Amino acid sequence: MKTSMKAFAAAAVLGFAAAGTAQAQDPTKACFIYVGPIGDFGWSYQHHQGVLQLEKELGDTVETAYLESVPEGADAERAIERFARSGCDIIFTTSFGYMDATNKVAGRFPDVKFEHATGYKRDHPNVSTYNSRFYEGRYVQGVIAAKMSKANVAGYIASFPIPEVVMGINAFMLGAQSVNPDFKVKVVWANTWFDPGKEADAAKALIDQGVDIITQHTDSTAPMQVAAERGIKAFGQASDMIKFGPETQLTSIVDEWGPYYVKRVKAVQDGTWEQVDVWGGFKEGHVVMAPYQNMPDDVKALAQETEDKIRSGFNPFTGPINRQDGSPWLAEGEVADDPTLLGMNFYVEGIDDKLPN
Amino acid sequence: MRLELVKRPQHSALFSALSPFIALALTLVAGAIVFMFLGKNPVEALYYFFIDPLRETWSLHELAVKAAPLILIGVGLSICYLSNNWNIGAEGQFIIGAIVGAILPVMYPDLQSWIVLPLMLLMGILGGAAYAAIPAFLKVRFNTNEILTSLMLVYVAQLFLDWIVRGPWRNPAGFNFPETRTFHDYAILPEIWPASGRAHWGFVFALLAALALWFLLSRTLKGFEVKVIGQSPRAGRFAGFSRNRMVIFAFLVSGGLAGLAGISEVSGAIGQLRPSISPGYGFTAIIVAFLGRLNPLGIIAAGLILALTYLGGEAAQISLGVTDKVARSFQGMLLFFVLACDMLIHYRIRVTRPALATKAERAAEEPAHA
Amino acid sequence: MLESVLITIATAATPLLIAAMGELVVERSGVLNLGVEGMMIMGAVTGFAVAAMTGSAWLGVFAAILVGAAFALLFGFLALTLVTNQVATGLALTLFGLGLSGMLGESFVGLPGVKLDPIYIPGLSDLPFVGRLLFGQDPLFYVSILLTVGVAYFLFSTRAGLMLRAVGDNHVSAHAQGINVIGIRYLAVLFGGACAGLAGAYLSIVYTPQWVENMTAGRGWIALALVVFASWRPWRIVAGAYLFGGVTIGQLHAQALGVGIPSQLLSALPYLATIVVLVLISRNRRLTMMNTPASLGRAFVPDR
Repeated sequence: MKTSMKAFAAAAVLGFAAAGTAQAQDPTKACFIYVGPIGDFGWSYQHHQGVLQLEKELGDTVETAYLESVPEGADAERAIERFARSGCDIIFTTSFGYMDATNKVAGRFPDVKFEHATGYKRDHPNVSTYNSRFYEGRYVQGVIAAKMSKANVAGYIASFPIPEVVMGINAFMLGAQSVNPDFKVKVVWANTWFDPGKEADAAKALIDQGVDIITQHTDSTAPMQVAAERGIKAFGQASDMIKFGPETQLTSIVDEWGPYYVKRVKAVQDGTWEQVDVWGGFKEGHVVMAPYQNMPDDVKALAQETEDKIRSGFNPFTGPINRQDGSPWLAEGEVADDPTLLGMNFYVEGIDDKLPN
Repeated sequence: MRLELVKRPQHSALFSALSPFIALALTLVAGAIVFMFLGKNPVEALYYFFIDPLRETWSLHELAVKAAPLILIGVGLSICYLSNNWNIGAEGQFIIGAIVGAILPVMYPDLQSWIVLPLMLLMGILGGAAYAAIPAFLKVRFNTNEILTSLMLVYVAQLFLDWIVRGPWRNPAGFNFPETRTFHDYAILPEIWPASGRAHWGFVFALLAALALWFLLSRTLKGFEVKVIGQSPRAGRFAGFSRNRMVIFAFLVSGGLAGLAGISEVSGAIGQLRPSISPGYGFTAIIVAFLGRLNPLGIIAAGLILALTYLGGEAAQISLGVTDKVARSFQGMLLFFVLACDMLIHYRIRVTRPALATKAERAAEEPAHA
Repeated sequence: MLESVLITIATAATPLLIAAMGELVVERSGVLNLGVEGMMIMGAVTGFAVAAMTGSAWLGVFAAILVGAAFALLFGFLALTLVTNQVATGLALTLFGLGLSGMLGESFVGLPGVKLDPIYIPGLSDLPFVGRLLFGQDPLFYVSILLTVGVAYFLFSTRAGLMLRAVGDNHVSAHAQGINVIGIRYLAVLFGGACAGLAGAYLSIVYTPQWVENMTAGRGWIALALVVFASWRPWRIVAGAYLFGGVTIGQLHAQALGVGIPSQLLSALPYLATIVVLVLISRNRRLTMMNTPASLGRAFVPDR
């Protein structure tokens, strides 16, 4: 009972603090739930990097806690509830599979703020959702790939056929087609987010089939190492993987969750927290490209130009774009709306792979 | 000096009762040492691990939620292991049970009636049993090693679940995310005592299954048959028991219970099918079965203890920042100690000195170094 | 292209081959150690850590072998000296190894590793087609072949090998003949652990030179399946490992070619293939019985 009493007291104190005086009372408690180990050097690792940034920037005014490797299922609800009961002021649940559990617990704890990454359900006023427009980075990668590839074909190691990944493949393809309309992409589904051996095998298979650029939507650095070994170029994923391929990595899409975490925790401290649905990209600082390297200056310039163009409002999914079967999807100048992108389950024209249906 | 085991003429009743407690005590000591190495206060850490989760009602509910599938699968496995059938594919049977059980709410969502839930549970049992029948059939018919076939079928089941929730069963209103539609109210396994937490009837099923199998094992001829065949297939043959029928029986029972666990978890705790519905219950249940020394009543206790290490692991992670891998190492150590201590039931340890060893013994040792 | 595909298959098959060869010797002595995955992951983390700290890939490999054997010793103490249930003890070893390796490896995540360089034999490596396949692979590939030759020779052409098989076939009569059953089994278990550790090091030093949690991803279990698949014959393990590697790599190629079959089905192929082959092999009861160590998994306590 002691803990819950303390939690109750802490919540009460924070309620007052938020209402008025910015006294150095108990720090705001921000809690995080990760789907993988923080040692995955991918998705969960990057979220944890965001947390470290949060601690650094807000110092003593914030206290953090996390639970790693929380399975998406019955365990998630328990983990979230435990946080809610242990006095967390704001809880970030960082995987799509936590969506229903987050909303269920949020209904029971109206005074705690919940932030769910990559989902779309906000059943209660204390639930926000946040995500990043990674496809913006993939479009830039496509542009670079089409410039750099001599074989005019890139290999794409994909994890699971979910909208996020399909959207990424399409954005990559559109970027490449903007440079070379005949560019090809070979897709291999690894059916895992994380198995270095299998990802390495997939990279080797793709290279053996003639691709000379590798990009990945899986988490490990193994494809980068294979590309380095075989002397071709590759793109990193989630973090800057330059250490694993100093002469190989062209750039990498880096997930930057830190700025968002700082902003949201500050909002709790100021009492200005409100429900939002954030989908941030280059402009908001959610998606950052690692330095453009291992490419000629003109390609660097083009990449930077593309990035700037997106930052100032260009949407990679701007018509005319046809679906894979050649039927029109977006007319000239038409821009895809967010719900369509978030539920994307079809390829754009030019991709050879078949989507499982 | 060397250790030597001497078989007791009879099982030691004393150590039968004491051994689990000795094992638990040794695990605590080993755990304390690990925490000291990690630079944590061992008393505090052990407190969070083993006591903290027991202090609040909601947490006890969570313990029941976590323990239910472990106990259900564990008691089924005990029949298998007692009869020398090494089913280690309960994870796959759990998944297939969940899928088959979910056919009604996913494919016929308009069928809304009280009959849905009982049918789902029944179909879950049948699904799990049918999937377990594959390795059983292969063992009986082709003499194929069941450890490996049942394990390989786990991977196949996981991939099948993955395919079905991303493909044919994807929620039409779910933005193409990989999950089925959420089950309607008639397809939800109710909570036992909704006012205080979310433990569902799966836990009651687990207790009933354990009691039923305890009765079967200790009070019926079938139970006797299980043990005889397990201890000595030859004796079983002389007694007129069929090894093949026992293989099928054991796999069907354990598969059915794993399937029941699967559909209970999905309809009680999750409410829909998703690409991952089990954090390895089928494998953890193997530990539970041995921790409970293949005795259904012991397995209830073992399931609760294992569930406690998960909950405690989280508590320690939040309060002390202890990594979650500690919980997994704990489970391994606990099993080590339980196995080692159980040896005391059947054997006495005698310490002998090499100087006293007879010539014959020394001669017997030599070839080992050749 | 075919040559590099074959090299890829060899890389995928080698760790399976090494771990399975070790387990074969263990099982031939009548012991079933299901802890291969646990010993392998401990080898992977140790190998990576030692290589990263010393800068020497070979030191990493040796450390991994030692740690694999040390873990096997733990298994041996429980299963052989304290006669615990071998299945359960092996599972506990796997669980313990997965947890412990995660703890030990935490500070090594995200570091590029030290790679064991391939051996190039000047002249021979440049031969068309077979050059790199036979003469330009990583050193542990050659170790795996030597290991196979060695195990095959040891088991079937030496007195010690004969004794090991005798222990596995009937420990009671072997004991009656004055063979030290427990001693031989200890040595076999240690050998199996060393091989599993080496296979783990292959993953973190050769295959993908990095450390991440759970990086063995079930390969220890595949190695166990291979032993039965091979009906306890060393050269059939080579065949099985390369077949499994071939199917694994083949499905990735099929995808890259765009065959349009659900990738989940393709990913399930290696497992389904294993089951089918297991069935085909074990159908012939007489042949399996001939090779199966009859005392496999049974506890032995010497009566004195």
